[in-house]
Order: sequence, then C-alpha cells, then structure tokens
Amino acid sequence: MRIVVAVKQVPDTSEVRIDEERGTLIREGVPSILNPFDEYALEEALRWRDELGGTVTVMTMGPPQAEAVLREAVSMGADEAVLLSDRAFAGADTWATSHTLAKAVEKMGNVDIVMTGKQAIDGDTAQTGPSIAASLDWPQVTFVGFVRELNQNSIIAERYVEGGCEVIRSSLPVVITVLKDANTPRLPSLKGKMKSRKIEIPVWGREDLELQEDEVGLDGSPTRVVKIRTPEIISNGDIHHGEPEVLAKLLVDSLLGREVE
Amino acid sequence: MASIEVRKDTCIGCGECVPACPFGAILMEDSMAVISDECTLCGACESSCSYGAIIIRTGETGTTEIDQYSGIMVLAEQRDGTIDHSTLELLGEARRLAEADGSSVSVILLTGEAGDWPAKLISYGADTVYLAEDTQLKHFRTEPFSRIAERLIIEKIPAVVLAAATTTGRDLMPRIAKNLNTGLTADCTELAIDPETGGLLQTRPAFGGNILATIVCSGTRPQMATVRPRVMKALDPDENRSGKLEKIDLSSSDLESRTEVLEFNPLDEGEVDITEAEVIVSGGRGLKSPENFALLQELAGLLDGSVGASRAAVDAGWISYPHQVGQTGKTVQPKTYIACGISGAVQHRVGMQSSDIILAVNKDETAPIFEFCDVGFVGDLFEIIPFVIKEIKRRRK
Repeated sequence: MRIVVAVKQVPDTSEVRIDEERGTLIREGVPSILNPFDEYALEEALRWRDELGGTVTVMTMGPPQAEAVLREAVSMGADEAVLLSDRAFAGADTWATSHTLAKAVEKMGNVDIVMTGKQAIDGDTAQTGPSIAASLDWPQVTFVGFVRELNQNSIIAERYVEGGCEVIRSSLPVVITVLKDANTPRLPSLKGKMKSRKIEIPVWGREDLELQEDEVGLDGSPTRVVKIRTPEIISNGDIHHGEPEVLAKLLVDSLLGREVE
Repeated sequence: MASIEVRKDTCIGCGECVPACPFGAILMEDSMAVISDECTLCGACESSCSYGAIIIRTGETGTTEIDQYSGIMVLAEQRDGTIDHSTLELLGEARRLAEADGSSVSVILLTGEAGDWPAKLISYGADTVYLAEDTQLKHFRTEPFSRIAERLIIEKIPAVVLAAATTTGRDLMPRIAKNLNTGLTADCTELAIDPETGGLLQTRPAFGGNILATIVCSGTRPQMATVRPRVMKALDPDENRSGKLEKIDLSSSDLESRTEVLEFNPLDEGEVDITEAEVIVSGGRGLKSPENFALLQELAGLLDGSVGASRAAVDAGWISYPHQVGQTGKTVQPKTYIACGISGAVQHRVGMQSSDIILAVNKDETAPIFEFCDVGFVGDLFEIIPFVIKEIKRRRK
C-alpha cells in the first residue's frame, strides 16, 4: 500500500489579530504550523500503513521553509517526504495547486491513495482534494470521519454529510479528504524525531514535473484576489450589568418576551 | 512566469501597501516599497496603491470566446425527495444578479424522482429547469453528477455556475471546475456583478474569517462559486412565473461510478443537526470543563434547542466537533443564539452572525461578542444561567 499525504504549512489563524486602527491583519509573531486537518489525514494514513504495511509519503507545495512541516510529519512517522517548490508555483489558486500536486503523484507512480485534510485553515476552500482527484481522474471520498476497511482493491469510509453519515465504498486508487476528529493524531516519537533531522527531502520544481509555465502558479490560476478588507462589525446592542438574578430575568425577557405583571 | 514589480519612478514611499499585504511581504527601504520572498502574488497590494506603482504581470492566458457565455446556472441539491433550502436561496441570489444584466437563470436537477419540484423551482426564480431523472440518481454520487453537469455546462455555456457550499456542493464543484479548466471560489458570502467588466465579484471569508477576500475569474468561463447556506435570501414563490422544462437524455455510461453508497445512517435522536435548530445555546472557553456543558444542555432542552460550541471549547476536548460553530465548523442561523462564555473572535462570529437575535453572557465586558450581540449580559455564566433555567421553569408553571 502506497499512501501519499498532501499537507500544507499555514499561519495559525487562531493567533491572527486585527489592527483595529488600520483594519489590517497583524501577522507578526503568528507561528506557521502544519494545517490541523492534515494531521488527521496523516494519522489515518499512518494507522493503515501500520496495519497493512507499505509506505506513507508526505508532500507539500510551498516556499523552501515549508520543509518544516514535512519534517514534522516525518517525526510523526511518515516514511518519505517530497517538497514541491519553485518560484513559478507562487500565487497558485486551487486549480493550479491541485494540478501541480497531481503531477507529483503521477511522477511518484503506483500510488494507491492520496489523503489530505478536509480543508486548510488559511484558505478554508476544501477544494484541493477533489481537484486532485479530477486531475488524476480518480474517484474521491470527501469529508471522511473514519476509514472502516481498506484492502488492496477497495476502501470503505464513513462520509459525514448534512443530517447523517454515508458509508461509501470506492475502488483504488482514490483521493480521501479527512475531517477533524477522525482520530487522535500521534505525537512525534524519539526515533521519528531523529529520522526527521537526517532525512533528505528532494525538491521538485516545475521542470521536474514537466509542467508548462502557464499551468502553474499565478499564470496557471483561473482565479485572482482583487480586494481584501476586514469584516465590519454589525450592530451595537444593549449591554446590561448587574446582579445575576436581575440579569437572568432580563435574559428570559429577551427569550420569552416580557412578563406580564 | 508571473512576477511582481514596484515601479521605482512612481512609488512615493507612502507605505499604504505595507498593511494591505496579508503576508507581511512588503518592507519600506529608502522610501520605497520592497517585495520580499514571502510574497504569494495574491494581488492585495496592487489595488491598495493609489499611484499604480505596484504591477503584477501574468503570462499569456488566452481569453477565448468569453462573450459567448451567458446566464446563471444553479446546481440544485435534493435530499430525501426534498430540495434543500440552499437551492432556493441560490435561485433568489441568481435572480438578483441576473437583473443586473438581463440574463437568464437556469437550474440543473439530478434526481431519483422529480415530483412537482421543476414547477416549484420555476416559482422560486428559474427560467429553465434541466432535469435528469433516474433511480440511480437518488443518492448523490460524485462521478455521475459531475459528468452530467459538465456535459450540460459545455452545451449550455452559462457565464456563472453556482452551488451551495454544502458537503455535496463542495465535493462536486471542484471536480467540475478542474475538468472544465476554469476557476472556482469556495464558500462565498457576497456575490455581485462588476459594472465595468460584467464579471462576477466573489467575496468570501479567509484566514479564519479575519478578512474578506474578493475574487474574480477573468480569463476563463464559466465563473464558478459555492455559496454559504443561510446567507442569501430565497424569493417568495410566485406560482404565476413561467419557465420551461428540458429533460436531459441519459445513457448507461453517464451513470457509471467507481464509488457506491452502501448505507446512510441519519443522525441519532438527541444528536440534532445544529444547523437546523431554532435556538442554539453555545459555550466557549468560559465553560471551563466538559461537565459544565450539562448546564447549557439543560437550558437548550427547555427551549427545544441544540448546544453549540466555539472552537476553543472543541479544541479543549470539552465537546465534539459536530457542535462547533464558526469558520472551521458550521454556519448557523437560528432565531436565537445564546453565547455563553464565548469571546466572539471573528472565527466564531462568521459562523453565527446571521442569527436573528444574539444574546451573550460573558464576565469580561471587553469581550468582542459585546460589540455585535443584540443583548449582552456582563456577569458570570455559572451564576446567571442557573437563574435563567429557574426563571423559565417558574414562568411556564
């Protein structure tokens, strides 16, 4: 079984603050982390590798410093890592990103499953996984909370949708996107940490992937950001102070309407 | 290859572009903007510069026959024989956008059994309903749905294709957009037609809801977007609206799929889907422990509501992810949202700000939640909520 996990280095958006006066993002001191959703995808891949054997390869597309999240994944137990990095990849939207990631999967060859987090917490698009599947012409199972069964030919996974849970069987190869809470991601092991320091991580650029300039980065991206603004505050309500019992009565008034005396 | 350039003769070193950059990639050196390697070519600075001194150059991308595409196409979503409300919202929004340039609104309905839905879709704003009806389309499956939709889009060449940002829309649309080599914007909360270009301005929250980004797809068609449910408004149905029904011919190869739905397990009772709840009692960091959610559960029970939570409470392991409201959780629009011990960070706000009435209890009077709630109560939730429960019981006696 060869599983590739596509991960992303993201700013920790829960640490991003707004400069109230200028209405802009304050990114100073905001740490870069492994996208939390991708940790669950990685754990799901490692869990099945431990059971069935095979390899887990972790890959990311990003600037040279994105290598840090690959080393983190290796410390958790990934066997191999590949960094897709090239100045020409900058500015990629989900079309160009998935196109590049899919090319890397093709170059690796004999991949059975691509797993990735449901979404990345910076872009929140949830588009890259299904777009990789489209590029490879593989089936896809998205929003997976649990992989029930996996063998050389097929996978059975629980897909969480509005109002319930679908149990889906798919043939392999397949792309799976994984939800938060799918499992409990393991902590790095001592052995993993040592390996992560030593492992050589190949860097593949545009030419290694035999991609044209107009297929990657900003040039290969059909969409473009034209404006960024901070959301405006919506309303100013009544704020009450006072004794808990008085506040509770006012709250119930708001809920049920004022009591008729 | 794309590149960014600061025109040395035009840049006056005003520094306006520095805070406009979401990536902190612009530095001021010798009264001139300098772009560092952190730059992702996102384009935010280009529009912030009042002097036109920042230029992003892209390689040649052929703009082929864009003018031929017209109209707005909506992908309908059906579950258990009923059209999802999000589809009606999309029709309302599509109608509003179509008024801008007099274009038409169509809807694709892929279903096991159409019933009287085609007529209803027309009453909610569709001019044309494209219908594919087959028992094998009863359950959503990615491959047949994307295959049929792609073929229809190629044939009908709509300028815009919209679907709801549900698990179905977010599964289907990226596959279609990739195959059609066109752009897709996820989870939009605002749509508008650019009066200058006629293109679709697609606005969505990003960076955990900290910013709103407006995105365009200028060189390819159709322009595709998924739209956040419960944000757009459905029209009141008009039985007198006229429209036409066109059936899509299906072959057996259209229905082939490498995935199959083995079973569907609805949510357990008591495990109510919070997006359907009319009252949500939500807890955050201020709850302090998993046990304390029982207090909110009791209040929610009295109000026939559900319990929600902020990301902080879910990340702390006090309550499970299906309860999470916010940018990385669910978007809710109940009649009443009671936020207990929730600070109200943007990441949470974007998931609940469309609630009809927002009540907030928090002991920190500087908490951001008090800036946008309708009624706020500054105090300790562990003192106030038990009184609230008692008071509701007393009044109902």
